[in-house]
Amino acid sequence: MGWQRRVLRVDLTAGTSAVEPLNMEWANAYLGERGLASKYLMESMDPKVDALSPENALIFATGPLTGTMASTSGRYAVVTKGPLTGAIACSNSGGKFGAELKFAGYDLLIVHGRSERPVYLHIADDEVVIADAAPVWGTSCWNTEEWLKAHHQDPLLKVASIGVAGESLVRYACVVNDLHRAAGRSGVGAVMGSKQLKAVAVRGTKGVTVEDPKRFMSAVAQTKAKLWDDPGRRGLEKYGTNAMIDNMHGFGGLPTRNSQQVQFEGTTKINARAMRATGEDGHRNLVTNKACFGCTIACGRIAKINPTHFTIVNRKEYRHASGGLEYETAFAFGAECGIDDIDALTFANFIMNEQGMDPISFGGTLAAAMELYEMGVITDADTDGVPLEFGNAEALTIMAEKTGRFEGFGRVLGLGSKRLAEKYGRPEVSITIKGQEIPGYDARALQGMGLGYATSPRGACHMKHDVFEEDMDDVSGNGKAKPCKDSQDRIAAVDSTGLCWFTTSAWGLEEFAVQVDAACEGEWTAARLTEVGERTFNLERRFNLAAGLTSADDTLPKRFLRTPAPSGTAEGKVNELSVMLPAYYRERGWTSDGVPTNETLSRLRV
Amino acid sequence: MHKALLIDPHKCTSCMQCELACSFEHTGAFNPARSRIKIFEFEHGARSIPYTCTQCEEAWCLHACPVEAITVNLATGAKEVDANVCVGCKVCTIACPFGTINYSADTGKVVKCDLCGGNPQCAEACPTGAITYVDASWTGLARMQASAVAAHGQPGA
Amino acid sequence: MKHVIIGAGPAGVVAAETLRRIDPSSRIVILGDEPEPPYSRMAIPYLLADNVGESGTYLRHGDAHFETLDVEVRQARATGVDTAKKSVALGDGGAIDYDRLLIATGACPIKPPIEGIDSEGVENCWTLADARRVLAGAQPGSRVVLMGAGFIGCIVLEALAARGVELVVVEMADRMLPRMMDETGGAMIARWCASRGVTVRTATRVTGIARAGGKLTLATDSGDPIEADLVVCATGVSPNTGFLAGTGSAAGTSGAASAGIECGDGILVDHRLCTSAEDVYAAGDVAQGPDFSTGRQEVHAIQPTAVEHGRIAALNMAGAETPFRGSLSMNVLNTLGLVSSSFGLWMGAEGGERSTAVDETRSRYLRLEFEDDRIVGALALGLTQHVGVLRGLIQTRVRLGAWMEKLRTDPTLVMNAYLECTQGEAR
Repeated sequence: MGWQRRVLRVDLTAGTSAVEPLNMEWANAYLGERGLASKYLMESMDPKVDALSPENALIFATGPLTGTMASTSGRYAVVTKGPLTGAIACSNSGGKFGAELKFAGYDLLIVHGRSERPVYLHIADDEVVIADAAPVWGTSCWNTEEWLKAHHQDPLLKVASIGVAGESLVRYACVVNDLHRAAGRSGVGAVMGSKQLKAVAVRGTKGVTVEDPKRFMSAVAQTKAKLWDDPGRRGLEKYGTNAMIDNMHGFGGLPTRNSQQVQFEGTTKINARAMRATGEDGHRNLVTNKACFGCTIACGRIAKINPTHFTIVNRKEYRHASGGLEYETAFAFGAECGIDDIDALTFANFIMNEQGMDPISFGGTLAAAMELYEMGVITDADTDGVPLEFGNAEALTIMAEKTGRFEGFGRVLGLGSKRLAEKYGRPEVSITIKGQEIPGYDARALQGMGLGYATSPRGACHMKHDVFEEDMDDVSGNGKAKPCKDSQDRIAAVDSTGLCWFTTSAWGLEEFAVQVDAACEGEWTAARLTEVGERTFNLERRFNLAAGLTSADDTLPKRFLRTPAPSGTAEGKVNELSVMLPAYYRERGWTSDGVPTNETLSRLRV
Repeated sequence: MHKALLIDPHKCTSCMQCELACSFEHTGAFNPARSRIKIFEFEHGARSIPYTCTQCEEAWCLHACPVEAITVNLATGAKEVDANVCVGCKVCTIACPFGTINYSADTGKVVKCDLCGGNPQCAEACPTGAITYVDASWTGLARMQASAVAAHGQPGA
Repeated sequence: MKHVIIGAGPAGVVAAETLRRIDPSSRIVILGDEPEPPYSRMAIPYLLADNVGESGTYLRHGDAHFETLDVEVRQARATGVDTAKKSVALGDGGAIDYDRLLIATGACPIKPPIEGIDSEGVENCWTLADARRVLAGAQPGSRVVLMGAGFIGCIVLEALAARGVELVVVEMADRMLPRMMDETGGAMIARWCASRGVTVRTATRVTGIARAGGKLTLATDSGDPIEADLVVCATGVSPNTGFLAGTGSAAGTSGAASAGIECGDGILVDHRLCTSAEDVYAAGDVAQGPDFSTGRQEVHAIQPTAVEHGRIAALNMAGAETPFRGSLSMNVLNTLGLVSSSFGLWMGAEGGERSTAVDETRSRYLRLEFEDDRIVGALALGLTQHVGVLRGLIQTRVRLGAWMEKLRTDPTLVMNAYLECTQGEAR
C-alpha cells in the first residue's frame, strides 16, 4: 500500500534482471524516492568508485505517493554517484515516467554494471527485456522516444532516455523523460551513458493502492483545496518559475556574466511577461502551461520559437512547440551569458531537452568560457571560430548544438565549468561548488542560499534547502544556519514522498504527513517525516565522506567569498560562509570537520 | 433534462487527475491504464484533449451488443455495461465509431464511461474546469452532437 | 399495418423493436424456427467456455420483453413466400399474411462434401442445439479437431481450448483467417495458437472421415491422418434462402417472375434494404446488401451489419424513408487472448497506400490502408484500446491532411490522428 513493495534490479554486465521484495525496514526508515534510494545506493556500491565505472549503481526511485491522486504525484528521482561532483547525485523529475514505473509494479529500478553494446530497457509490468539500442544510439532523446513508441506500437509508452550528450559522457548530461522533463543535475545522464543504457521505456497497468482509501481521498481533497487557493501556486500556474527573474534582478541576486554582476539589464526581454507577450508579428513565446502527472499546479511552460528567428528560419524541425523557459534556464542562458534574445534562449532550451543536458550547468560552463574568451585565455582558435562574447546569442545556440552533438569546442564545454577552467589554468573563473555550476541565486545577495550551496550533498543547488525568506529579510550570515538545516531536512522528507517541492508554498510537513499516513502502513507524522529527512541528509553526508569529500569541499567560489557584490541590495558585501558554516555544523550535530558524530548517527539510526 | 460531461480541451493541463479519479472509482486503485477517460497529448504537450464517451444518442455499442449487456440508465442517460451480462465478444468495441468502449483483458468484459451513476469523478477531480458535468440544455450538448454528426455522419445515412 | 419478420436473430429482433418504436399501432410477428427464446449465435462460444449459461446467450432479457412490446414471437418455420398474395407459408401447413415482410432468416453452416462428414461425432457449432452436443463431446483431455480456421472457427477455437481439450485446427487455406487477416496477421495468430498448445495445420484438406469404435479418423491430403473424439465443423455458412425455392423465386436467377425475390449469394436488397419484390425486405446474414467500401452488394454475415440492416429495414418498412450508404465489413476476434480486428478494405484499395507496424515478438500488428488521405481499411492485432475509431475514420471518410505523413511512419498514432482531425478543428 503506497509502496509496491518490489524492486527491479538489472545487471547490464550480465544482461539479467530480477525482482526482489522492497526492504520494508529501510522503507520505514527512509520512506521512498530520495531517502530510500540513497539507502539502497549506499548498500549497493562502494562510494569510492569512479562515477562513470560499471561499479556505480544507477537508481530510478519513486515514492509511496508517486502515482496516487495526491497533487504533484508524478515525481521520481535518479540517484547515483554523480560524475560532475564525485558526490551522491539525486536528480528529481516530473512528467509521467515516474508514475508509470510505479504502475508497472516497482518502487525502485536499480541498474548495475555496463552493457557491452548499447541497450535499452523495456518494462511492461512483469515483462522486462534488455533490448538492442543500436537503432537509436547516436540519436536524440526526442528521436529515441518517438522510435520506441512506434517500435513497441504503444503511444502511451513512457520513456526516460539520454541523448548524444549522455552517450558522450558530457559531465552534466541529464536523463530526459516525456520529451522535456529531466532529472537534470549532476550528470546522472552520463552515468546512464557509461552503462550504455540508452533508455528505459515503461508501461504499467497494475495501478497503485493506498492503505486507507477513504481517509486518503479526504486528505487529498483537503490538501488540494489548500494548494489551489495558494497565491504561490497561482503565480506558478500563470507565470511559471521564471516569475523569479524580476525579483532576483531587482534584489541584485541575479548571477550575471559568469557572476561578475548581480543584475541583468536585459531581464525584461526574457522574463515571464516577455514570454507571455504577443509581438507585433503576432508571435507569442508561451503557448500554454502544462502539468506533470497528478499536478494541480501546472507550472510547466510550453513555448514556440518565432519562426522568423535566425535559429529556425531554415529549420522547420524546430518549429513545433516544446518545453519552454524555466527561471533557471532564463538565468543560465540569459543573465549568466548576458544574452537577452528570448528565442535564442528557447532554442537552446529545446536543444538541452533534445540532447539531454542540464541547462544550468551548460549555461554556467558557457559563461565561464565566455569570461575566459573575453580575458583572451580562449581564442577563436579554440572555439571553432565562434566569438564567445557575453551577449552573443548565436554563440549560445551554436555551442548548445555542438555540445549536444559532442563536436568541436562542444567537447570542451562538455567537461563542465570546473574542469574547463582548470584546463585553461584559471580555476577561479569556475562558479561551481563541488564541481557543480550554480543556479540563479547570487550567494552574496542570498547568504543562506550560499550556505545551502556549500552544504548541499550535490554541490551548488537551489532545490535542497529553502532559506529564501530569511535571505530576503537580512543580507548577512546571521541566523541562517538553523533555517538552512531545518529546510534541508524538510525538503529531504518531501523529496522522499513522491510529491513536488513546489507544493511547499501551501503545504507544511503536516499536509504531507496526513497523505503519507493514509497511504502507507504505520503512523506517519510531521515529526517522523522530519526525522526521515534528517536521516536521509546524514546518510548522504556519509556517502560523500566515504567517497572522499571533506569539509574543505563545503565552500564557495572565491568570487562569492572575496569579491564584493557590485550592485543591488548586497552591494559591497561578500558571502559570510565562515560565520555560517561552524554554526551549521553545530546545528547538525557534526564535528567541526563536518563529520556526523556517533551520537547524531545513533540518534537518527542511520 | 440529463446532464452531460462538457470537455474544454483548452483548459486541460494533462494533469491526469481525471484518469486517476476514474480508475479509483471503478477499480479501487489509481491506475490510468484502467481509466475510461483518456487524455491525449499533442505536439510535446502543447495541446491535450480529454476524451471519453459522449453517451451519444445513436448508442452504437448498445445496439451492436448481441446479449443486451448495454442498457440506458434512465436517471443519467448513460449507456452502461452490465458486466454480469457482457460475454466479452467485443462487437461493441468495433461498432462504436468513437472508440470509447474498450475491451479489458483483465476482466474479459468491455468497459465504458458510466458517468459514475450521476456523479462523474473525472469532473469532480479536474482542477481547471476542463471537464464539467452540467445541464445538457445550456452546455451546448446540441453543438457537441452537431459536431459529432459532422464528424461521423448519420448512422447509415 | 401488419409486419411479419421471418427469423428471430439480431436482425429480426432489432427490426421488431425499431418498428414498434416508430409504428406503435402496427401488428408485429416474429417467426422463429428454434424452440428457444431469441438468442445470439455470437454468444455461443462463451457458453462453450462455460462463461455463461444458455440464458446468457439470449438477445433480450426479461421474460416479458416481447410481450411488453406487443411483438408476437411465434415458433414456426417459413416454407415459402407468395409475394402476390402477400402471404408466408408455414411448416405446419398454415400461412400468415403480411403488409410488409422482412426476411431475416440468417445463415446456416455448410459442411464440405467429404465422405463421412455426417458421422456421429462430427458437429457444427451454430445453434444452441449444436452447442449442447459439442459441450457433451468436448471434455477435458478429449481430442478435438476443428475443421476451418475462419472467423467462426476461431471464436469456437477459443472456447474449445478453454475446455481443456487436445485441439487440432485444420484449415484448407494457407493461413488462419484467410478472409479476415493477411499473411502477416494470419501467421502471427497461428504462431500464437501453436505456442499455446494448439496444433495448427494450414493448407490441409480433410479428405475423409471414418468412424470406428467410437473414434473418428480424419484422412488429409497432407501428412498423417488425425484421430479425434469430436470433430467440429466450421467451414463456412450460407444464407438461408432455400425456403424461397418454391415461391416463384429461385436462388441465383435474375429477372425472376414478378412474384419472385431476386437472389445472388444471398437475397439482393437495395439501399432501402428492399428486395426485388414489393413490400418484401431482407436483413442480416441472409441479405446481400450494399457494402460501404465497395458499393457492391455483398453478404457480410456479421453481427453489426445484421443490427444495422434490422434497423434500416424497419425504418423503411414503417414508411420512414431511410437510405443507407452500406454496411462496413468488420470483425473482431479473440484467439486465445490475442485480439484481432479487421475493417473495410483491409486488403487495400486500388492505387492506395499502406502503412504497417509489425512487432513479431509481442504479437502486435497494425495495417492501415489509405485512399488519398483517408483510411479505407485496417487490420489490428493486439489492439484493444479505441479500436472503434478505425471504423469511425473509415466510415466518415475523415481527411487526414497533415496526419497522413505521421501515420506513414507510425500507424499506431491513429487515435491521435482521429482526435485532432475530428475534435481539433472544432476547438
